[in-house]
Amino acid sequence: MKKQIAFKCLKAGFIGLVLLLLYAPILLLAIYSFDKTDMIGRFEGFSLSHYTELFNNPKVLGMIGNTFLLAFFAAALSTVLGTVGAIGMFYCKKRVKAAIHGISQIPVINAEIVTALALAVTFVAVGLGRSYFTLLIGHMVICTPFVVLSVIPKLKQMDNSLYEAALDLGASPMKALWKVVLPQIIPGVISGFMLAVTLSLDDYIVTVYTRPSGFETISTYVFNATMKGNAHTAQTLSSFWALTTIIFLVIVLFVLISNLSGLRKKGGAK
Amino acid sequence: MKIPRFSRKTLCIPYAVFLIFFVIVPMLVIVFYAFTDKSMHISFDNFIRFFSDPTKLSTIVYSLVIALITTVVCLLIAYPVAYILARSTLKKKYVILMLFVLPMWINFVLRVNAIRELFNLLSTLKGLEWLASANYFKTVFGMVYDFLPFMILPLYTTMLKIDRSLYEASADLGASGVTTFLRVTVPLSMPGIMSGITMVFLPSMTNYVVSDMLGNAKVTIIGKFIYEYFGSDWHMGSMVALVLLIVVFVSTWFSGGFKSEENVRGTNL
Repeated sequence: MKKQIAFKCLKAGFIGLVLLLLYAPILLLAIYSFDKTDMIGRFEGFSLSHYTELFNNPKVLGMIGNTFLLAFFAAALSTVLGTVGAIGMFYCKKRVKAAIHGISQIPVINAEIVTALALAVTFVAVGLGRSYFTLLIGHMVICTPFVVLSVIPKLKQMDNSLYEAALDLGASPMKALWKVVLPQIIPGVISGFMLAVTLSLDDYIVTVYTRPSGFETISTYVFNATMKGNAHTAQTLSSFWALTTIIFLVIVLFVLISNLSGLRKKGGAK
Repeated sequence: MKIPRFSRKTLCIPYAVFLIFFVIVPMLVIVFYAFTDKSMHISFDNFIRFFSDPTKLSTIVYSLVIALITTVVCLLIAYPVAYILARSTLKKKYVILMLFVLPMWINFVLRVNAIRELFNLLSTLKGLEWLASANYFKTVFGMVYDFLPFMILPLYTTMLKIDRSLYEASADLGASGVTTFLRVTVPLSMPGIMSGITMVFLPSMTNYVVSDMLGNAKVTIIGKFIYEYFGSDWHMGSMVALVLLIVVFVSTWFSGGFKSEENVRGTNL
């Protein structure tokens, strides 16, 4: 009995330790985002200066706007393309289905940098150069396969006779897809969209290779600021502590709300 | 003339065209660039230069070692976590699982920046000064930190599928806890281990953001080469990319293909 309790404590302790390691850097930034100075180490006094800096710097605000707009457009387009593609694939012959599925997996398993370089070289070689369009395409290449991957399982679970029934009752194929099939797969579509948003928000490498010059996202901006590392960047960098804290709080709130409202009744990883 | 009946299959055309233009064609372009020189003549010069340059080869070895250590450490941390959570009888265990995934929703570069600040602080403490120059240690730590969820999630999903009665059967037949673990849990969680490894190994060989930001730009991994050549020599850059591409396909082949069910990229909870 005693041994069992000790084992339980050991398990809880291990989980706790790993979580502590995961959250230590974020909590550190969160604490120092409320400090007066740009230095981590000594807490000089409570202040919201990093937050006001964050919301008053037009450059920083611009790049935050860039990041979120890009993520929204890339995810929306990927979701439409991926959902339509997944439905089409699902009804194709086995061979065609396997071929499309296989190619669709390439951006998923490939090193991001290879995808990025291949796209950049191709865009320049065919004379497209690098523009907002190529950036959008780049993000779609990394997002769409994940949308497909999250829609396909829902199509498999769907009762196929419903579509036939809709046709028998006089619906056009388009209407049947829109009114019967889509509502059945909508959870997969939504989770695909969310996944696409996070992938796009998180991206650094593909952005760097396909963006038009002068276009900055949170990732590229923070990376450059960190690598330069002078007094000026110290100030902007510390406003990112504030940004990190805000994003973190939003996520925590989101998770809390979705847990409390029972959206995730089923639980577990899907 | 009758308009052909709409077929659902035609819906796959836009995506197929998209894949051809933006996945297949770019790969072919890379192959073309890798085997041509600056005047676009066929040449094996890049290939020879790549494999005869000792710094390149040593970087490959470094990258492989860093990726290997990262993967092993990830596995050693993630396996117990996934095992404990999957076998836990807690009702809200998915909340704990979500805690492991949550940090992933913060921008990747911001997260690496947070680790950088943590190390900067730690290295000012007495007895921890060595951290300031421990570039390889910090790089590996950062990679483990960033890619750990990629390992935990596939492991968790495969372990959750293991039938609990198998553990009981094993115990009833007289196997000890350790034997059950080694002969039931480990073999049955193999698909999860495999996809976890593919999800972690490759990024840690190529993601130079981590090694640049945490390794004081002293740690060079393969991905960084591509970045450097991107500014100067696309043909050589394409050759490096091609080598990586081959590594990807060979490793996918060996791990028995890619299983999409196990491919959970964190946010798909």
